[in-house]
Amino acid sequence: MEATAEPKTKDHATLADTFNKDEARVDWHDKTLWFVRQKRDKAAWQIPDWEHLRETASQIKHNVLSNLHHYLTQFEKQAQQNGVTVHWAADAEDHNRIVHGIIQKTGITRVVKSKSMLTEECHLNDYLVAQGIDVVDTDLGERIVQLAGEPPSHIVLPCIHWKKEEIGQLFHKHLGTPEGNSDPQFLAAAARVHLRERFMTSPVAITGVNFAVAETGEIVVCTNEGNADLGVQLADVHIACMGIEKIIPQRKHLGVFLRLLARSATGQPITTYSSHFRKPRPGQQMHIVLVDNGRSERLGSEDFRNALKCIRCGACMNTCPVYRRSGGHSYHYAIAGPIGSILAPGLDMKKNADLPFASTLCGSCSNVCPVKIDIHDQLYKWRQVLAKNGYVSETKKTGMKGMAFVLSRPGLYRFSGAVGRWFSRYLPFTMNNSLNPWYKQREMPQAPKESFGEWYRKNKKRS
Amino acid sequence: MKVAIFIPCYVDQFYPQVGIATLQLLEKLGVEVYYPEKQTCCGQPMANSGFEDLATNCNNLFVENFSGYDYIVSPSGSCTLHIKDHLHVEKREAEAAHIRSHVLELTEFLTDVLKIDKLPARFPHKVGLHQSCHGQRGLHTSQMSELIAPGFSKPQHLLSLVQGLELIPLDRADECCGFGGTFCVGEEAVSVKMGKDRVADHLHHGAAYITGGDMSCLMHLEGILRRQHSATKVIHIAEILNAG
Repeated sequence: MEATAEPKTKDHATLADTFNKDEARVDWHDKTLWFVRQKRDKAAWQIPDWEHLRETASQIKHNVLSNLHHYLTQFEKQAQQNGVTVHWAADAEDHNRIVHGIIQKTGITRVVKSKSMLTEECHLNDYLVAQGIDVVDTDLGERIVQLAGEPPSHIVLPCIHWKKEEIGQLFHKHLGTPEGNSDPQFLAAAARVHLRERFMTSPVAITGVNFAVAETGEIVVCTNEGNADLGVQLADVHIACMGIEKIIPQRKHLGVFLRLLARSATGQPITTYSSHFRKPRPGQQMHIVLVDNGRSERLGSEDFRNALKCIRCGACMNTCPVYRRSGGHSYHYAIAGPIGSILAPGLDMKKNADLPFASTLCGSCSNVCPVKIDIHDQLYKWRQVLAKNGYVSETKKTGMKGMAFVLSRPGLYRFSGAVGRWFSRYLPFTMNNSLNPWYKQREMPQAPKESFGEWYRKNKKRS
Repeated sequence: MKVAIFIPCYVDQFYPQVGIATLQLLEKLGVEVYYPEKQTCCGQPMANSGFEDLATNCNNLFVENFSGYDYIVSPSGSCTLHIKDHLHVEKREAEAAHIRSHVLELTEFLTDVLKIDKLPARFPHKVGLHQSCHGQRGLHTSQMSELIAPGFSKPQHLLSLVQGLELIPLDRADECCGFGGTFCVGEEAVSVKMGKDRVADHLHHGAAYITGGDMSCLMHLEGILRRQHSATKVIHIAEILNAG
């Protein structure tokens, strides 16, 4: 398993095909995530007003996106009054440069970082390492994939694709735990010792941000492990990195989002820690980096704006029948699954042109989304945009043109149908061969003697 | 009431018995049924592949064929949903709008328009119901497992009227089968795995037949069942409701 992250040149279908070579592993992956989906269902059923809560959250986010400029400047002003330094980053490079700049000024090279999908999106770790900064991810799942040299495969459960035996081996190699020990409690204790040492010796702590309250200038970070708190409380410098869409207007709105977030993510009523950071303690520095990285552009697009409502709960991944069977790495983007597939092409259409097609458009994602993002409709719309911009293969385009030509000519359609059925009945090998991806693991439908149209003309036609 | 039936292209070519059952069932229930003969396809294969523009001629043809009816009924949730959401013809927009709001999937039509509460059907077998996503999540033919809402199911209601039919439970009541149009070949590995998992759920609960409102999903599941040399068969819901 270790360091098997595929080069990003392969598309989703190819990576998914590789993942499916080990069917037992696919079954395990599918069942593990389905279990999380079921936990989400149970938790949601406990809230009679669940659908109302989703609608409310969606409307609050709608308000935020419609008034983002106002809320951001209000947030900046409040945060500055609280003694926080606010930075603005136009893109990922800008963000990485700003974060590195803050670290550089301290003269420190050891940094701890709690979970932040934004820093994954910006590839902050790679950047910092290249600058000689030793950065350790303190979320246990993230630490595991970091030791393995992989990106997270899930935004809430970063190492969900790892089995405990494999984690035992990994810890044996990197943390010196006894070979063959894969007891989760033992391994967690070993990780705790390892991470405590880092917490104690890292004067800079980076965190993500789940919610930023415009009214008060505070940020809220949700973790189950308390690692954000440990990092920040022990550090002299706290750097919080957030996408500009993380804003909510007032503190009271947290009641809506905190009730939805953990239930949607893991089926917990609430994350173990929902930590509010408002101002630095005496002698501490607190920085907030507000990152755009394509978000403003998204905001200007009627069709895709709603994707910015995402609160990164991962429910769409857990429910996605494709994600569960293709693995997070098959999406070759920091954010996998259905939500990743509508975010990624916005950043790089060419590189991520395959992702909106990695879906059956079943719509389950939109139904679980706590902020009611129309994910599957956006997947459909991205397909149109990608085709218009020439990012769908010529082969597919030619095939579709041919199909459209036949299907818009009833006479030709009848003739082609009859010819096709004749071949299928009398020369089945022309279809039942290895060049036909349908036939690889499925039988072709058996062609009848006559079509419905032919039957109708013989038996029913009104004279 | 003038009702036109839309028999999707692949049903026309590969599953004529589904078209026949749809026609016979509706006639049995006293509906005056028309089959516009120049119909072909709803245009979904092109549109779902990103080429909505290439579906323009299919849209024209659809309006040509299906204007002037009180309802358009189709034994496919997926094709119905596509027409409902995407049928636009610039010069005949009023007709297109009428079609969009009067196209119904067969079980919707039977439940909501005809308000069927008894059927002369008999099908003494163990049957698993595959809830196709576009019918269920798109047309809301039944409650969805993701939503916190009261339960209902139009196809299940209709199947409950069939004498001798035993509907089996499933571990995952409404998981996608993985057909997904061009997805079934473009993402062959995942598509097949999804299909195998659906089939296994039905077989595990002893289904002799897997039924549903969409022959496309059933064609995919049938391909897997036949490759496994399974005795379990697929059958469109129209065939069951028309049986006996």
